[in-house]
Amino acid sequence: MMKHQIRKVLVLGSGALKIGEAGEFDYSGSQALKALREEGIHTVLINPNIATVQTSEGVADTVYFLPVTPLFVGKIIEKERPDGILLAFGGQTALNCGVELYRQGTLARYGVRVLGTPVEAIIETEDRRLFADKLHAIGVDTPRSIAVTTAEEARAAAGELGFPIIVRAAFTLGGQGSGFCSNMDELERLAGNAFSYSGQILIEESLKGWKEIEYEVVRDKYDNCITVCNMENFDPLGIHTGESIVVAPSQTLSNAEYHKLRSISIQIVRSVGIVGECNVQFALDPDSEAYRVIEVNARLSRSSALASKATGYPLAHVAAKLALGYGLHELKNSVTRTTSALFEPALDYIVCKIPRWDLNKFTGVSKEIGSSMKSVGEVMSIGRNFEEAIQKGLRMTGLGLHGFVANEHLDFPDLDQSLSEPTDMRIYALAEAFSRGYSVERLHELTRIDAWFLQGLANISRMAAKLAGLTLGTISPEQMLAAKRLGFSDFQLARLLLGGESGSMHERLLKVRAWRSAHQIKPVIKQIDTLAAEYPAFTNYLYLTYNGDVSDIAPPDDKKSVVVLGSGAYRIGSSVEFDWSGVNALQTIRKLDYRPVMINYNPETVSTDYDMCDRLYFDELSFERVMDILEAEQPLGTILSTGGQIANNLAMRLYRSGVEILGTSPVNIDMAEDRHKFSSLLDRLGVDQPRWRELSSMSEIEAFASEVGYPLLIRPSYVLSGAAMNVVSNPEDLNHFLQVAAKVSKEHPVVVSEFIESAKEIEVDAVAANGGLVVYAISEHVEFAGVHSGDATIVFPAQKLYLETTRRIKRITRQIAGALEISGPFNIQFLAKDNHIKVIECNLRASRSFPFVSKVLKINFIDLATRVMLGEAVEVPHKNMFDIDYLGIKASQFSFSRLAKADPVLGVDMASTGEVACLGETFHDALLKAMFSVGYRMPERGVLISSGDVKSKVQLLEPARMLVAKGIPLFATRGTARFLEENGIQAGVLHWPDEAQTPNTLEYIRERRVDLVINIPKDLSKTELHNDYTIRRSAIDFNIPLITNAQLAAAFITAGCRLTTDELELKPWNEYGGW
Amino acid sequence: MSFNGYSFGHTGSVSGEVVFNTAMTGYPESLTDPSYRGQILVLTYPLIGNYGVPDKVSEAGLPAFFESEQIHVSGLVISSYSEQYSHWNADRSLASWLAVHSIPAIEGIDTRALTQIIREHGAMTGKIVVDGEEVNWRDPNSENLVAEVSTKEVIRYGNGRLRILLVDLGVKYNIIRHFLKRDTTVIRVPWDYDFSNPEYDGLFLSNGPGDPKQCEATIRHLKRQLSQPIPVFGICLGNQLMALASGADTFKLRYGHRSHNQPVLQAGTNKALVTSQNHGFAIDSKTLGSKWQEWFINLNDGTNEGIRHRELPHFSVQFHPEASSGPTDTEYLFDEFLSEVSRFSGR
Repeated sequence: MMKHQIRKVLVLGSGALKIGEAGEFDYSGSQALKALREEGIHTVLINPNIATVQTSEGVADTVYFLPVTPLFVGKIIEKERPDGILLAFGGQTALNCGVELYRQGTLARYGVRVLGTPVEAIIETEDRRLFADKLHAIGVDTPRSIAVTTAEEARAAAGELGFPIIVRAAFTLGGQGSGFCSNMDELERLAGNAFSYSGQILIEESLKGWKEIEYEVVRDKYDNCITVCNMENFDPLGIHTGESIVVAPSQTLSNAEYHKLRSISIQIVRSVGIVGECNVQFALDPDSEAYRVIEVNARLSRSSALASKATGYPLAHVAAKLALGYGLHELKNSVTRTTSALFEPALDYIVCKIPRWDLNKFTGVSKEIGSSMKSVGEVMSIGRNFEEAIQKGLRMTGLGLHGFVANEHLDFPDLDQSLSEPTDMRIYALAEAFSRGYSVERLHELTRIDAWFLQGLANISRMAAKLAGLTLGTISPEQMLAAKRLGFSDFQLARLLLGGESGSMHERLLKVRAWRSAHQIKPVIKQIDTLAAEYPAFTNYLYLTYNGDVSDIAPPDDKKSVVVLGSGAYRIGSSVEFDWSGVNALQTIRKLDYRPVMINYNPETVSTDYDMCDRLYFDELSFERVMDILEAEQPLGTILSTGGQIANNLAMRLYRSGVEILGTSPVNIDMAEDRHKFSSLLDRLGVDQPRWRELSSMSEIEAFASEVGYPLLIRPSYVLSGAAMNVVSNPEDLNHFLQVAAKVSKEHPVVVSEFIESAKEIEVDAVAANGGLVVYAISEHVEFAGVHSGDATIVFPAQKLYLETTRRIKRITRQIAGALEISGPFNIQFLAKDNHIKVIECNLRASRSFPFVSKVLKINFIDLATRVMLGEAVEVPHKNMFDIDYLGIKASQFSFSRLAKADPVLGVDMASTGEVACLGETFHDALLKAMFSVGYRMPERGVLISSGDVKSKVQLLEPARMLVAKGIPLFATRGTARFLEENGIQAGVLHWPDEAQTPNTLEYIRERRVDLVINIPKDLSKTELHNDYTIRRSAIDFNIPLITNAQLAAAFITAGCRLTTDELELKPWNEYGGW
Repeated sequence: MSFNGYSFGHTGSVSGEVVFNTAMTGYPESLTDPSYRGQILVLTYPLIGNYGVPDKVSEAGLPAFFESEQIHVSGLVISSYSEQYSHWNADRSLASWLAVHSIPAIEGIDTRALTQIIREHGAMTGKIVVDGEEVNWRDPNSENLVAEVSTKEVIRYGNGRLRILLVDLGVKYNIIRHFLKRDTTVIRVPWDYDFSNPEYDGLFLSNGPGDPKQCEATIRHLKRQLSQPIPVFGICLGNQLMALASGADTFKLRYGHRSHNQPVLQAGTNKALVTSQNHGFAIDSKTLGSKWQEWFINLNDGTNEGIRHRELPHFSVQFHPEASSGPTDTEYLFDEFLSEVSRFSGR
């Protein structure tokens, strides 16, 4: 049934992954594109995020790797002339871009229809004031807020609202001058302070401690509405929903409350005129049915992705169909295939979403969590009680924790503060508090977390205490089952029951497993079927639980299934690229007539979509759970190498338990992973590597330092605070780092490596079969070695390598592939200086850059690798990287603006949260498009340079001259200005931030008299000067593009001075190199 | 077939028809719903008891948070009982409430597996047996459950403009609340009350338990009434009685509708609604007389969800516009009925 006359639709993606806008939009965009394709519509996608599934072959008809900005999208509209555009599937980036194009009249000029929710409605929901007025007009409550301009008015407002209240200074950055007051005295003080920032302050009612509840609402053009899911935040209001532990469905709401909020959310969606999907967030008084609407998102969101995975309801797919004009009642529930899409999923389980933070990767960042988002990923766990779900979820976050209890001891010097002022570790502060005997009532007072959740945690804590008094010899099967039903893992049980025994934790864990097996205590497999078993369903969406007796399914026992391990929570260093790899492995497995089976627990992924594989286990990637699943599945084999490091780390343990691992032998994976073994292998092969030692005392380290010289790269095995890796440039740095931030001892040795300065870093991504190279790709970094490969700007094919270097790299790659008998994907990182080549790392798995090189070269490395792993004969592709007449450049996306106080400087530890890549026929063209895609703009008003050491200063001379030639004013700190002047370049001198003199760097940043800041650290150590930190941080806080690397700054400025935006190529992917 | 779990609530054995409901909220409402009379209720949502049980405050002569004066289910089967509860209006735990009303309950059951069995074999009789304490099998469908749950006397509520005669076949109090909110006087009468004397402006047939064909007296009275122009509205069992009185037939569904998420389409329109339902019998729409038409249809299985007379203001629905528990999207039907009543009575 065709509901429309739409032939071509433009879909906007969300660009690079960043904090607050991550993989969920690959899921929603991919589903939308699929939905459009089913209708025979030609789809055009603009998204520079090359690692996504949506930008893969066969998803959209035409793909542009270009910035999702009004300028570029406008040009593509002019070129492609689509009939319609979808704005709701690419997060806030796509929405903002679409709104801007509407305002500029571009959409009207080219007759492009916005499909789904009208733009006017979106604009209305984005303006807080207008929207609050609209809600009041239909009788819906929003937080009460009164704007005042005098202390007297402030007192009157407080009297009207009643304490506690929040004072907010209007128009300030970062919440300056804001705070809570619970009486008139506090108000006087705070209001006085706030007025010093701003002439107007807002007196708002405080909703601190209220419950936070969300609904996902869907509406069609016939005004039919459903709510797909509601969700309840474990953390009460005050903590961003992206920072909260969230459960679905709500657990502490009565029927009356549930349906009151449900009907209000429908009322709002109707009054806005949504066609598609909308998220409504409420605050709910814990002591009455009073509520406030706190946010409405008129688009697919992180919460809608979660709701979709939590319920099995394909929200994005349905929303896309509704945008084309279908009614909900005209669509089928794609899970049951027989029942209607107009229904509200009934869950018979509880899901628990837990954020994943990576705050340790950043220097100086505040660990407190609150109203702005800092987490970089999330997990979703499924259980049949809260205890089971939350323990599973805490393990999934992958921070070395084993659940709520039985973790390494964590230190909470001021426990009450850790409870009342939440940080990323608060859940463990709760565990500590229970073990110290705090009551649920006391904890509720301190945290305002609903007592029901706290009681669940108390149950876990009580069980842990009980288990600690038992051993594997004394525990009864009933007690064991009770513990498993509360989500205890074998690891936790091993620690509690076998604490005194010898042997590694893994050996003890195996004893627990054997005991359970002997007593028939095993989990069952349950389906997520959207309607709690009321009707039969054809769902392949599964989880394991101990709260049940019967499995819903029995996997076929014919050795035709292949299990692929997913990549888990997105985190710094592992994100959407591994989802792409996993999805591609599944697709190839299916093409080869095997049944693909996926294990993953990340709700922001495409690999966990309902139609990607034959069976999806939404469950843990722990040894225990993977073994449980493999025992049930009895697959042909298991693929680890497309899931990143989590999957790779399981290789040896699974192998020793008799699991058939497809591809390279785990013994050889281990040889590459183990520093000592790999090092001896390289020595045997005669391949060079930077000198390194594993050392356990300061004197040894000092002796090694005098042998190889500074700088040194230090990798401690035990980190007290801050980043795990560091470069030290002198003995003082070394002492400081190893005393303040890390430990060095016999138990905690430190790996120290020589650090080669000004070296090129080169990467090889490749696939081998039985040790023979099948395909390879050589890329180079724009930055010198020292910037983590995940943060570096990468060029493929490498453009500036000596042929000799290339040849040597290829030879070493062959040698290593042969020596490790590689069958499958792998990646090697090299350093090159003056044709000297050293290997720094080798991973026998897909790497971050696999989608990038696959898409640039148009040879799918994962497809080839999967064929190899399944024993298919593969042909060596005809073309290679030397044949292509264009190139791709991958640039990194940083999220420093979300991480208050973090030093936005790059180093050996990765800090970026996402990446993009653009294609071009020239380096400059591709680089500019990539840099624009991650938020850079060419400067017009002025550039502030403080350029670090002499080498950096020299590298920036030519670019500085080009800027001057273009008439762009230069400003510099004293030393840099002097250097520039000596070389004939005039720059205005600006004083350092701590000098109370004008003209001052800070003043120029605040007043935005510069629109590019280049601040190059003097060396690679983290103990940077405070002034430089202040310049960098201010640039971030005032949203001014910042570059901290001389090579990248030089390349960007050169490209931007050579090419204007109008000269950039706007070719779709398929027109590069012909197809 | 047996499942083992742990007893809570009343310690004792019980037999009844085992049915399930997939609602995720509303156990106090469900347990006091007279339609569950004689049934052992399996809740598929695994976490029950979280928000306790509200106190028995009264509003307009009705308990504010319950659907009747007592618990009607015979027994309760769940997966995981939350001993500790947390809610501002909670008065006691679910277990203690069940104990006071002598209702046995069992937890630790694989309710999903049990539901699949009931789904495939149809609702069947079952038992909760505590410590081997024997109890006789009971099949409530052979009993006149309506007579058991219906009021024994005429009760009047409110003092509003329009007089509604409410035939109590096991009425949920939220229906009465909905009428009272809309300026009516509700005259609640027993199931076999002879309502041929027009002392009212509109007639309402409530929900209730069991096989509709057991309500012979009601059907007899209704048959006479359906030739009259007085507005008639029925819900759930009331819908089935409307059909039987008009000469149509009812049958037992293969998969009963017991959930908060049943989609219905208003026939001949694009208007679709999510409804709360709890029924095992349905109208066979093929047997509808020429004067009647299908009003609502279930989008999942195509079964009848409501009928209406082509000329007279007589209509009824299979779902629960009064909700409680469940979605409230069809509340507007009370307004539609009352506007017919208003037009008819001229008040």
